[in-house]
This record gives sequence, structure tokens and C-alpha cells, in this order.
Amino acid sequence: MTSFSYDFSGTYTGKTSFKTGVFIGGEFRHGASKSTIDVVNPATGKLVTQISEATAADVDDAVKVAQKAFDETWGLNVGGAERAALLNRLAILMDEHADELAAIEALDNGKTFGWAKGVDISFSIATIKYFAGWADKIQGQTIETDEKKLIYTRHEPIGVVGQIIPWNFPLLMFAWKIGPALATGNAIVIKPSEFTPMTALRMCELINEAGFPKGVVNVLVGYGHTVGQTISEHMDIQKVAFTGSTLVGRKVMAAAAATNLKNVTLELGGKSPNIIFDDADLEQAVNWAAHGIFWNHGQACCAGSRIFVQAGIYDEFLKRFTAKAQSIQVGDPFAPGIDQGPQVSQIQYDRIMSYIDSGKQEGATVHTGGERHGTEGFFIKPTIFTDVTPEMKIVKEEIFGPVGVVIKFTDEADVIRQANDTVYGLAAAVFSQNINRALETAHKLQAGTAWVNCVNQLHANVPFGGYKQSGIGRELGEYALHNYTNVKAVHVNLGHKM
Amino acid sequence: MPGTTTLDLDTSSFKGSISINTGLFIGGKWCDPVDAHDHAEIINPSTGKKIMVISLASSKDVDLAVKAAHKAYKTSWGFKCPGKERGKMLLKLADLLERDADQFAAIEALNVGKPYHVAKAYDVMGAVEYIRYFGGWADKNQGNVIETNEAKLAYTRHEPFGVCGQIIPWNFPLLMMSWKVGPALATGNCIILKPSEMTPLSALKFAELVVEAGFPPGVVNIINGYGPVVGQAIAEHPDIAKVAFTGSTLVGRKVMEASAKSNLKVVTLELGGKSPTIVFDDSDLDQALKWTMQAMYANMGQSCVAGSRVFVHEGIYDEFIQKFSAMVQGLGQTAGDPFSANTMHGPQVSQVQFDRIMGYIDSGKSEGATVHTGGERHGTEGFFIKPTIFTDVHPEMKIVKEEIFGPVAVVLKFKTEEEVIEAANATTYGLSCCIFTENISRGIRVAHALENGSAFINSAQLVDHGVPFGGYKQSGIGREHGEYALSTYTQVKGIHVNLGIRL
Repeated sequence: MTSFSYDFSGTYTGKTSFKTGVFIGGEFRHGASKSTIDVVNPATGKLVTQISEATAADVDDAVKVAQKAFDETWGLNVGGAERAALLNRLAILMDEHADELAAIEALDNGKTFGWAKGVDISFSIATIKYFAGWADKIQGQTIETDEKKLIYTRHEPIGVVGQIIPWNFPLLMFAWKIGPALATGNAIVIKPSEFTPMTALRMCELINEAGFPKGVVNVLVGYGHTVGQTISEHMDIQKVAFTGSTLVGRKVMAAAAATNLKNVTLELGGKSPNIIFDDADLEQAVNWAAHGIFWNHGQACCAGSRIFVQAGIYDEFLKRFTAKAQSIQVGDPFAPGIDQGPQVSQIQYDRIMSYIDSGKQEGATVHTGGERHGTEGFFIKPTIFTDVTPEMKIVKEEIFGPVGVVIKFTDEADVIRQANDTVYGLAAAVFSQNINRALETAHKLQAGTAWVNCVNQLHANVPFGGYKQSGIGRELGEYALHNYTNVKAVHVNLGHKM
Repeated sequence: MPGTTTLDLDTSSFKGSISINTGLFIGGKWCDPVDAHDHAEIINPSTGKKIMVISLASSKDVDLAVKAAHKAYKTSWGFKCPGKERGKMLLKLADLLERDADQFAAIEALNVGKPYHVAKAYDVMGAVEYIRYFGGWADKNQGNVIETNEAKLAYTRHEPFGVCGQIIPWNFPLLMMSWKVGPALATGNCIILKPSEMTPLSALKFAELVVEAGFPPGVVNIINGYGPVVGQAIAEHPDIAKVAFTGSTLVGRKVMEASAKSNLKVVTLELGGKSPTIVFDDSDLDQALKWTMQAMYANMGQSCVAGSRVFVHEGIYDEFIQKFSAMVQGLGQTAGDPFSANTMHGPQVSQVQFDRIMGYIDSGKSEGATVHTGGERHGTEGFFIKPTIFTDVHPEMKIVKEEIFGPVAVVLKFKTEEEVIEAANATTYGLSCCIFTENISRGIRVAHALENGSAFINSAQLVDHGVPFGGYKQSGIGREHGEYALSTYTQVKGIHVNLGIRL
């Protein structure tokens, strides 16, 4: 059974030490196959540690354990106020270990320690706290029909839910999933990404320490085609929530359809448009646009990767935007003054570089960047393409790297058409100081989130999710509760006679 | 500068020293009243002896508090403080109260006379859970976006009132304070709170926790004073936008009247009750007896929801009354020092209340009702009254019509469901009711037919922080608890954004 210890240096100089086995029923163990997965530091490309690999047999065990917990020590056996207390306790523990969690995240994922601490960990804690507050406020309705009947609805927990999360915001995605699922009383089998399992594994000990009954949260690190597939097709998992690529999202849904028709929610990819009108506050638009595509090294589902700039300000925008991109400091996630670390893995690095090559081959102009940074690790320079056409791969497909395309436009109606001309619909942004134009555009964009004069603004209490092929269902906010409850209508006959 | 008094307690339930500031808590600081004349003697109802003295305010102090509250509202609370932050502070406040639970239970037992172990489990822990619950609502105050047409964006905001006045009673001082401060602070309001001048001690101690939890100065202001002075000043203050009052129906009218004559501030009221308990012949009798006891005699009958009219089906009446009397006499035997672990029945809160209840007992006797048990003082010291049952009553008697607010039940016989529903509803009150039957249709049918804000089927007094609570008829206006409480402390603004309608 594996464990991991590490001494950090640079912007964080603490230590960490935790077990990294397969976490089922509150305990760590070797996976059934006794095999391991390599964890690589993307800043160096070198092996950091090996962790126990979970496979299909472990999923079966976990589901049994989770079901038992749901039937006996969790679910409706535990009142909402108590679930709230446990979630609040977990948030407090995460807060006590915030720096440590941020450091683990930076080491594992490659984002800088500063970003991990300031955004990922802090938002994760806020998410858990937010859903703790909902735990004792799960409310159905009473519905008037006639006085000879009492009709009311219960919003019951589903039971054992499967959750599959990606590598781009490992701890944050973990919190977005377990928060609402636990608040509503479900038991969980969750598969972190095999690329970035470390913060999820560190959370296991905190979940025990917070006092959750054993078996309520089970953490299985394994591959998509083994653990992910087994979860998606498991006959005793009643609901699966997946965040990741649209390609894999299809497989999850197909697996559900072919097996027990489990409820499926999906948070998938995006090619989000950012529309900047002539009457935008230019300096702000530049700053936000940079955040839109370069935050998290472009590894964000909602990245504003297609930047439409109205002709009147195009030249000035491009000049300032390029300067901004060039000012981004790329380097070691633990070095001071660094904004951008490496991409998460060799595979991702190769994929992004091949998109960059395709952009060059299809005739686009590399306005800045477009190549590796340094000689070690998976670093790519912030990249801007111009002179693109709608049919180019770099314009149509999700790159998931620090690569933005900038497109000039003149006509308002046409840019909205272009912005919507995509299979994706996760997010969109519009910059304009004119209230009618800004809101009308926001209303016309086919996206689950529309940002007006900002980008990447996320809050625990505001729903987030995709239109079209960017997803099904909404996370965060009160809406998230619906993902994890079944509605039962109860009809009590008070006097109708047969 | 106001001083503090230290109470040294050496009892079997609690040993320790508790220091309590005697002044007014305004703008985050302790201060003396502007006109430092009036003081109140705080009496221990178990002994009738003085515990300590506190300062009493005048309307001038209310003015100062309102100014401090407005300043806080404009600079560091309301819209200046996101719901998430307000929630954090409320959760911290709950944690601190839990940390100091023993002290607060001791204060309530000493000041109010309720048994220490009940004060801790019910009053203090109830307050902790209540504040925690509303801490969770603070960032979930949601308006609506309302579809009208595509040339418009129409949405609502649920905005705080600003400065709210809150006047609370003496029967559950700490718990009533939590019911008020929880939703008001969660929704972003600043508060001027007047405790009862008889039972101000837990509120004064609570102010220290408000500071420790990090609430900005001026968000919570605690002003002790007499109802006709401070309560009146709050109810008629032109710069208080909303007042919430819990207390007697008599005084509730004055609050509403004062609002009508001043600035038409929004008024919510939690008033009295004469709540019916109905025991059908198909009830689980043993359970019905126990719950009926709880409904009537908890807190020495000093509860707005006290089930003080007990209707028993004639078919089980004899058995019921025999067993009920035995239980009530048994309760009487546990009367004693609130700090003793064996005590289940404490004193009434004050001489005034004692006299009032004894006055009702006398009226019962003189109107011809039978004292089935009790009906007199217990002991020679303090304000103890024996738990009392009256039988052979009729609907016109004072003890049947009026709220006694003491450990005095009237028991009546009934035959049919229709008859008892009518009798139970024949009151100006409408706070709560309890129904005992094993027949589900009957239970729900009767619950629906009774004109009360809460109906308890096969239970009593199980007030829950997530379920709305409040009165029908003259028992009150508005609801506390649950999501409903958010509406009590917010005002709705509808916003219409024109996206294209041209003139």
C-alpha cells in the first residue's frame, strides 16, 4: 500500500506526508490488481511517486461499501444539520491545511503555488462551506389539489453516485462534486484523474478526520477506460457526474444508456467566444481577455479561446494583448514571480503543440509564442494566432492550452452568429459599455454562462454548465442540489372513496 | 463607564464565575445611558432575591443606537458585506455560543428559573443550531428573473431593510434572541435589540460573543429598558424600517399602533396563544399523555405555544384525567432549585407573573371550575406554583378563554370531530395545536381544519429551525424560521432593464 512524502521549497517550504492507496470504506489499501500509476511532476517531466491503481474490481467493492453506508449510516439516517456539521468540519480542516493542499496541487498539476492557494484551494473551501449551508435546507413542496388530498414532494438522495473528475482543477473539481452530493445525503464513488490524483488522496484523511461515516466517500484513482468505464456502466450506481472532454462524455452517456439508464450530468469542453466591441473599456478588455485564455495555462473548460475584436479597436487591442501575453512569466510553479507553470502532462503538451503546428500549416499567423518554453518539463509560451479563418482546426477545436485566436469583426449580428457557430456552448463573454448592447448580446449567446465585462467569474452560489455539446445539467448554486436528488411525490388520501 | 458584575455560582450543575456588563451595547462598545437614572434589579425567581443591577435606557439611547446602526449599515454591513462573509460570522457566533454553552445555560437557569439541564439542551443548543442554520442562508438570498419579453430584463432583489428593531420576551431569552438575530443578520440588516428588562443577562453576555465573532461595530446593538420607554421608542422610531416583536397580544397591538402613527414601518408579531390539544379515542394514549404534559408544562407553562386547552374524547376521558393528574402531580414533586439535576419544574419568572397566574387560578375557583390538582403556591420562597389542572370548565370562563402563561391546564370533554374542531377554533388566538390520533386521515384532516400557524400531529412543541412558525388570527403576523424568515427581513425590489423598447 503506497504513501507519499515530500519536502517543498521555493514559495512554499512545508512538508507533506499521506497515504496514496485505494480509499474504500474509510481505509487505504492496494488495488485489486496490485499495480501502480506513475505520478509525474510536469515542471520537470520526472517521476514523483507511484500510487496504487484502482481497477474494475475495486469499483465493485466500493459500490457495495457505499451502498451499505447509504443504507445504514448515511442517507436519510443522518439529518441535514448533521451533514452540514460534517461538511463544515471538512471545510475547517481544509483551511487548516490550505497551504499544504496548494503545494500538493502545484507539484501535481503544474499550476503555480500562488494560483493554487489564491484560487483553487480557497474556492474549494468556499464550495464545501456553501453546500454545508444547503444540507439542512433540502425542501420539497406541498401542492394544492383538493381538500381530500395531501400532496407533497420529497427530494430524496439518490443513493450511490459515481463521480469522474478531470486534471485541470483537481481539488476544485473534487469539491464541486462532493459538496452537493454529500449535502443531499448521497454516498460517493469518485475517480480523480490519474494525472492529478494527489490532492484528492490527501482529502481522504481529512474526510475521515471530519467524521464522515466510513464508506460515504470512496476515492479510486484509475484509468478512464477501466475505473471510469466501470462506474459509467455499473448497475448499482444510480447516477454519474462527469467532467472532462466531450469525447469521453459521450462514452459515459453511452455506457449509461447501455446499462441501467443511470442519470448522467456532464461538464464538457468549450471553445468560448469573447466578443469585444468598439465601445469596450479597452484596457479592461485586454486584461480580462488575457485572463480568459491564459488562466490555468489555458486548461479551463470555459477558456475564452476565440477572441472577436471589433475593427475600430482591433489594432490597439492586438498590440496591448500581445504585450500582455509576452509579459506572462513562465517557469517553476514554486519560484517567486511566476504566473504560468507547465501544461499538465506530456500528452497534453504534445496535443497543444500539434494544434500549434496545424495552425501554422493552415496558414494562420503566430503573432506571439507558438513554441516550447525552456528545455525541461511541459512548458509552452503564451500563444496568439491571428489571420485565422472559421474552418481552421485551431478555430473550431478545443486546444486546452495557452493558445488564443484573435478574429476581427465589423458587424454585430454577424459576430454573434460566428460566436454561436460551434458545437460547444459552455461560456461566452462580451465587452461593451453600452448596457443594451451588452445585455442583448449576452442573452443571444448560446452558452450556459455569459460574462458581461468580465470573464472566468465563478461563485459557489451561481449555476455553471453547458449548452449544446458542452454539457448536461448545472453545477453550483441551488441548481446543483437537483443533480443529486430524486423527486418523490407523495399522495395522501384524506377522503376520496372508491 | 458601565461596570461589570461577577456572578459566582457554586451549584451541582455549574460552578464558575460569570461576569456580565451592566450597560448598553451600542456601536460595538459598552456605554452608560445618556440619562443615567434608571436601573433594574434583576431577581432570581427561585429565591425572590436580587442577583444584580443593570442600566436602563431611554429613547435618547435608542436614537444613538439607530445612528450607530445606520452608520454600520452604510459602511460595513448590508451591501458592503457579501452574504458569504455574513455567513462566516454567524457560523463563528454559533461556535462561540456552543463553546460557552454551560455559562449561558447557567445564566438562563439563574435569571429565568428554568432547570439548568433543560436550558442547556433546549435553549442554548437550540440557539446555537438556529444561528448556524441562518449562517447557511446568508449567501443564498435569491431573487427571481422574470420572463416578460425579450426587450426587457426584469429581475428582483431581496434587499435588507437596513436597521431593524427587535423586541424579545423573557420566557426563552437567549433562544428568542437567536430567532431574531439569525435571519436579520443573515439578510444583511443591522439590529437594535431590546431584551426583556426582567431577563437581560444572556443578551448582555451574548454581546461579548458578537464582538468576538467579528461583527462590525453597530451591526448588533443591545439596549435594555422598559417596554413603554425603549420598546415604544423603537416602535415609533422614524429611522427604523422594520420592527419584530415577540410578546403578549396586548403589547403587540401597541407596537403596531406605534408603527401606524409614525413611519408605517413593517411589523411582524409573535404573540400569545391558547393552543388546543385534542386527544382522540383512537390515539396512543400513553404517548398522548406524555406529549400533552410537554405541551402544557414545559417552561412552567410560559410558552406561547403552551397546549393549555386539552380536549379529550369522552370515551377515554376518565382514564386520561386519572393518568394525567398522576403525571402532573409527579411533575409537581420535582419542583425545586433549577440547578439541581432532579428539578423538572422551576419557578415562574417574576412576582408579577406569579400574581397574575394566581389571579387566574382564583378566577377559575370563583367561576366554579374544579381544581383537579395543584392550584396553589409551592413552597415559601421564590415564585413557584404547583402544576395545576382545572376540570368542569365551560367555554365562557376566563381560564378557558384567556392566556394564563403559567402551569395551568383546562381539560374539556368532547364527542365528535366536528364539535371539537369548532370548539378548538373558538378563540381569537391561532398559534399552534396538537392532535393525537393513530388514524392518518383524521390527523391530517383535523390539522388542516384547525386555524393555527403550526399543527403538531402526535407530538408537541417540536419547533424546528427549518419549518416556518407564527400565528393565525391574533397570535401574530409573519413567520419566523426556515426560508420564510428571509422574507421577514427583506424587501423586494423589482428591476426593469429596458433593452430595446423605444418611445
